[in-house]
Amino acid sequence: MNALLTETQLEEFRTRAAEMPHPRELVIDLLRAIQNNCGWVPDEGVELAGEILGLSPVQVEEVATFYDKIFRQPVGRRVIHVCDSICCWSRGGEQVYGYLQEKLGIVPGGTTADGIFTLLPTCCLGACGEAPAMMIGLTTYGDLTKERINEILAQERQAALSPLPRGEG
Amino acid sequence: MTDTPQVLFKNRRPGETAFLAEYQRSGGYEGLRKAVKMTPAEVRETVKESGLRGRGGAGFPTGLKWTFFPADQLGEKYLVCNGDEMEPGTYKDRELLLADPHQLIEGMLVAAYALQTPVAYVFIRYAYERCAQNLERAIAEARQAGFLGRDILGSGFACEIFVHRSAGRYICGEETALLNALEGLRANPRSKPPFPAVRGLFGKPTTVNNVETLANVQHIIAHGADWFRGLARTESGAGTKLYGLSGHLNQTPCLEAPIGITLRELIQEHGGGVWQGRKMKACLPGGASTPFMTAGQLDVPMDFDTIEKAGSRFGTGGVTVFDETTCMVEATLNLNNFFARESCGWCTPCRDGLPFVSWLLRQIETGKATMDDLQTLRDQLRNITGTSFCALAQGAVGPIESLLRLFGDEVEDHIKRGRCPLKS
Ligand SMILES: Cc1cc2nc3c(=O)[nH]c(=O)nc-3n(C[C@H](O)[C@H](O)[C@H](O)COP(=O)(O)O)c2cc1C
Ligand code: SF4
Ligand code: FES
Repeated sequence: MNALLTETQLEEFRTRAAEMPHPRELVIDLLRAIQNNCGWVPDEGVELAGEILGLSPVQVEEVATFYDKIFRQPVGRRVIHVCDSICCWSRGGEQVYGYLQEKLGIVPGGTTADGIFTLLPTCCLGACGEAPAMMIGLTTYGDLTKERINEILAQERQAALSPLPRGEG
Repeated sequence: MTDTPQVLFKNRRPGETAFLAEYQRSGGYEGLRKAVKMTPAEVRETVKESGLRGRGGAGFPTGLKWTFFPADQLGEKYLVCNGDEMEPGTYKDRELLLADPHQLIEGMLVAAYALQTPVAYVFIRYAYERCAQNLERAIAEARQAGFLGRDILGSGFACEIFVHRSAGRYICGEETALLNALEGLRANPRSKPPFPAVRGLFGKPTTVNNVETLANVQHIIAHGADWFRGLARTESGAGTKLYGLSGHLNQTPCLEAPIGITLRELIQEHGGGVWQGRKMKACLPGGASTPFMTAGQLDVPMDFDTIEKAGSRFGTGGVTVFDETTCMVEATLNLNNFFARESCGWCTPCRDGLPFVSWLLRQIETGKATMDDLQTLRDQLRNITGTSFCALAQGAVGPIESLLRLFGDEVEDHIKRGRCPLKS
């Protein structure tokens, strides 16, 4: 596993926390930074965030577990969030979700054997005009068809395997 | 169609973002220049006269909301912009921030001046990373140009704007849950009163407004309250509105058109009509929490009062259209599943009631329900109505109530035939 935070990040968060009247407001930023480095937020990450912000681990945990985009268990390198809300539903969202399950050979919540993709549902992505839509990492993809999904998956797989720094997700 | 004045979308070009130079070429920051020469009270009064109503879903008059705020009181107080935008069918704030982020920054600065808040936050949902980046760049540009920071345009007024990135959950858009989220607390709603204007962010007076609401403010100051009222086609309405089309249409753009445009114009002219040559069966006029409207109501003007008279709500202006092949029970089930999953879990009618409603709707859709189940569904709606801690559960009830009111025969048909009548 990568370091929870880089030296620079740690320094920066500590400085900001010391300067801010309400350091607690940094908790999401911190959890997201840790998740960006590790792929998810392990217990040590919750403890570290608490230590930086002067909170108990449970005070961090009650925030971390509230959000569906913070992962408290390991996920693949790329999390695919498929929109299952009404506009996507009206334009074939269920078929997109089904196709992804078939193509990746996993059920919702599952991770591919090579550890690259995790598949999850999400509510509306704000791409209702380009329905059906999904988000991988922080990139939203709309107007999905089988062909487009194949291309996107190939691209994302390649990016996930490349040695370059990962994008958040 | 093209003669609609473009106020918020005037700099919008496909695939591009307008930053400071372009924004200023089209008159950007003239509203702020004018505002800081007025007194804060004059700015508030102008916004009140303009008739601007909140674009975040509830339609509360913005100027009136601002009168509850202790603008003249010294000390810590906050302006918060709600950019959570997670209600299915709603994507207008995203389009605005992708196209022209300075629209919001200038609007926030004028609002901050009117309310005399030295600190403002923009709360941005997880999925809108590009919007967050656009805003950060716009803030940096505005600071460089002297529009933001200390002594704005030599007026002595100071204001900082911070971008807060969220991590999911629809409830964060409810204004008091949003305040908890901003503070780094679990994002359950707070009880009201005290209202945020009295005790809001970090316990201090706070005003929460939607992205589109705030983006209108500088235009009102630049061009006047009468001009703004004149933009609308209805007598009582004011301004333009960003409408996001979705569902079974040939085209699904987001566009700016007057308040008071009819559903028919939106659907026929801007949406290119219902797809695949079909007929329209129903639509959600303003997001997932607004009751359905039917094809017989296409000439209703899109405004708060007129849509309410027609049995629904104007909401956010996100119009989702359903064609004649749509099973309304199934559509409603999808909507309710969203609310059930996004329930924050704080109160029982919502946490337990909504999943039960989903179960009942599924029983009906799959042909397993009895007439007793239908009665149970009605009872459940009554149990949830008026008893939930915040408006999320009330929003969930809207579409279901309209399903029973407008499509009661279709619902009963499911029960009588023991299957969905729209599926072969
Ligand atoms: C469950 C729920 C979700 C909401 N989500 C949003 C949202 O994403 N954006 C928004 O502006 N208002 C949202 N609202 C409305 C806000 O509580 C608040 O009324 C609004 O931000 C006020 O701004 P306005 O007066 O400018 O419309 C939501 C309300 C509820 C009950
Ligand atoms: S109505 Fe739902 S979202 Fe609102 S407080 Fe109750 S459980 Fe939470
Ligand atoms: S409903 Fe899928 S992006 Fe809005």
